[in-house]
Amino acid sequence: MTAISLSSPRAVAWPAILREAGMAAAVAVLLTLPLVGFRTVDRPVGLGIETRFDEVIAAVALVFFGRLGLCLIREGQALAVLVLSIAAAVAGLLIDLPTPMLNVILVLGGAIIAIRAGISVGTHRSKLTQAERDRRMDRFGAKVQDASRFLGPIGIALAVAFPLLPIADRQLLDIGILLLTYVMLGWGLNIVVGLAGLLDLGYVAFYAIGAYSYALLATYFGLSFWACLPLAGILAVIGGVMLGFPVLRLRGDYFAIVTLGFGEIIRIILVNWYQFTGGPNGITGIPRPSFFGIADFTRTGTETMPSFAEMFGLEFSSVHRIIFLYYLILVLALMVNLFTLRIRKLPLGRAWEALREDDIACTSLGINRTNVKLAAFAIAGMFGGFAGSFFATRQGFVSPESFTFIESAIILAIVVLGGMGSQMGVVLATFLVIGLPEMFRELADYRMLAFGLGMVVIMLWRPRGLLAHRDPTVLLHGRKGSGGGGAAAGTAAAGGQGIAGGRAK
Amino acid sequence: MEHAYFLQQLINGLSLGAIYGLIAIGYTMVYGIIGMINFAHGEIYMIGAFVALITFLVMGALGITWVPLALLLMLASAMLFTSIYGWTVERIAYRPLRSSPRLAPLISAIGVSIFLQNYVQIIQGARNKPLQPIVTGNFVMLDGEVSVSYIRLATIVITIALMYGFTQIINRTELGRAQRACEQDKTMAGLLGVNVDRIISLTFVMGAALAAVAGMMVLLTYGVIDFYIGFLAGVKAFTAAVLGGIGSLPGAMLGGFIIGLIESFWSGYVGSEWKDVATFSILVLVLIFRPTGLLGRPEIEKV
Repeated sequence: MTAISLSSPRAVAWPAILREAGMAAAVAVLLTLPLVGFRTVDRPVGLGIETRFDEVIAAVALVFFGRLGLCLIREGQALAVLVLSIAAAVAGLLIDLPTPMLNVILVLGGAIIAIRAGISVGTHRSKLTQAERDRRMDRFGAKVQDASRFLGPIGIALAVAFPLLPIADRQLLDIGILLLTYVMLGWGLNIVVGLAGLLDLGYVAFYAIGAYSYALLATYFGLSFWACLPLAGILAVIGGVMLGFPVLRLRGDYFAIVTLGFGEIIRIILVNWYQFTGGPNGITGIPRPSFFGIADFTRTGTETMPSFAEMFGLEFSSVHRIIFLYYLILVLALMVNLFTLRIRKLPLGRAWEALREDDIACTSLGINRTNVKLAAFAIAGMFGGFAGSFFATRQGFVSPESFTFIESAIILAIVVLGGMGSQMGVVLATFLVIGLPEMFRELADYRMLAFGLGMVVIMLWRPRGLLAHRDPTVLLHGRKGSGGGGAAAGTAAAGGQGIAGGRAK
Repeated sequence: MEHAYFLQQLINGLSLGAIYGLIAIGYTMVYGIIGMINFAHGEIYMIGAFVALITFLVMGALGITWVPLALLLMLASAMLFTSIYGWTVERIAYRPLRSSPRLAPLISAIGVSIFLQNYVQIIQGARNKPLQPIVTGNFVMLDGEVSVSYIRLATIVITIALMYGFTQIINRTELGRAQRACEQDKTMAGLLGVNVDRIISLTFVMGAALAAVAGMMVLLTYGVIDFYIGFLAGVKAFTAAVLGGIGSLPGAMLGGFIIGLIESFWSGYVGSEWKDVATFSILVLVLIFRPTGLLGRPEIEKV
């Protein structure tokens, strides 16, 4: 028996595979029958119902063949599956199915299976265990981390040069501003989640506080953006301390749910305090930022300020303001990044990372758990507040709708998908989470569907995030292969060198 | 008059609390057994409400109009189909992540939640779905000063009955014993011959079935649902679970009733705008003074 199965490894156990695919299809029938098969429709006399069984059949067939494909890959028939799945994906692009959703599923499903099959054909990796695959990806993450030494400056140079490129039109600049806003928020939240290891589900509250601070201060007191930016940060810090002080004693998930509640409370206050915040209508007519208070971006300038174009002898263009906003958010985001990179090497940053790893040990070593966590919470809140003011001045309009829980979830997803604590990861994840859906605007409704699905798929594929690689900030014996730290391990000199090496990194 | 108003709010609060409690059981059981916040549970409840609505409409089209039979079929179909959703979500999105860092299943759950919300929005439309009252009539007390719809009373009664049956399952049956064993130590339970994967799947199925009951009750009580009802109900039910002490079944029910009563009395005496703020504030206060919730076991830190 063994000899036979060894000599013919291509033999496929069809009955077992068919049964497995059949089971999946049966589950798919039960899932889709009530919700997809029947559609509630508004009729003059109340709700009516119509049937869509063709979609159920199509969906079930897709599940059946998808499962079959995955089973065949497992059985070593990857090549055939590759060809068929590519054919299916192409068919999904060309043929009109009953609804566009089925097309999307067919294309995506075909592509995913094709990728799986392709990997399997290329490297025969389908036999690798999850742990081995994780290790491979970790090595890749470590390489990216090492490469960030020059990838970082290259990225910054590209970001700085971007508005000067000929391709940068208004629309692309707007997307760039959006991406940078989320990069900034991601880096800010990374301080709480990635460094201090606290799960904050209500980060959007600080964003909202910052946005409304600027909006209210500017419309009530006529303060300028530059005066409001620090004030918004301070108000966000106050909010963070007020919330943080009582709840930071809580652990893990309790903390998460209280921060979620805090985010909702802020939003409900914004909706209900009609006289002050304008309720659900929000605040309109928020002033745009000036060029550091010396020039204005309008065509003719104001009574107190000349026009930016006039001042610099340029031809007036409405893009100037967009470019200015772009650089503004770039500087703000880089400020957060620089702060994070530097503070990791200060006692406070070290205390955060130590708390994340083991807070009981930290308490035993005399670190005041609550104060250290509070610092992380307040500082991250401040950056959220800055981002919020920027958001308000860019939009010229704020309403509670911009600060729903989904926003917190998106920011958290950016941090976790990128790999907690990884600054490069945040940038990468922002491009995936914000940039990619931005490109498929015409898919409208299906965008969020794909977004949710994408979050699940990435987590299944890389549970620790795309660039998860936890480099210790401080090492006792230095990095392997970086100087003689390893050879002289154990001596005080080597220890010192190791720490210096860690610092230099 | 004062008394009557109080009694009215009390009963409204209890029936609302019963719904939160039913959802909260799903949160608390899953948290107890695998230690994760099943963020998609609110969406499961929403799907339960939709399945119940669709079943009712299909029965209307088939000509089944005898109300008790219709209600029974609605309940059965909502529980069946919704629990399949619960099972599938666990199988696809959580099981592969069981040994991953704590945040991974949470992010996956948020993804599932976003997916299910948009899935229902796309296939059933974004408009809210009104349904004419199926169960009509009121139970009148105190010379007509207090009137409680039968469906609210039924909600309270059904919830208490389900709760009793459920406690019996957990405490008396082999399945319940296996669940409690998995909650304490999954590895050891596995070594002793408990099929841990199956137990966890069944936990999700049970939670989803209870959420489906809650969804159907909401549909019958308020007569209108939309694809977005899952989020706020989910958050409040989780709040209820934490309030009662997460991992504790009676705690979840107690927490649900407390949240329901707070909401109802706050709406009745203060105003309905701030009721959510009141709920969350009470949660914060309870957690500060009793971090393990009302009926939770104190957490022992092992070093």
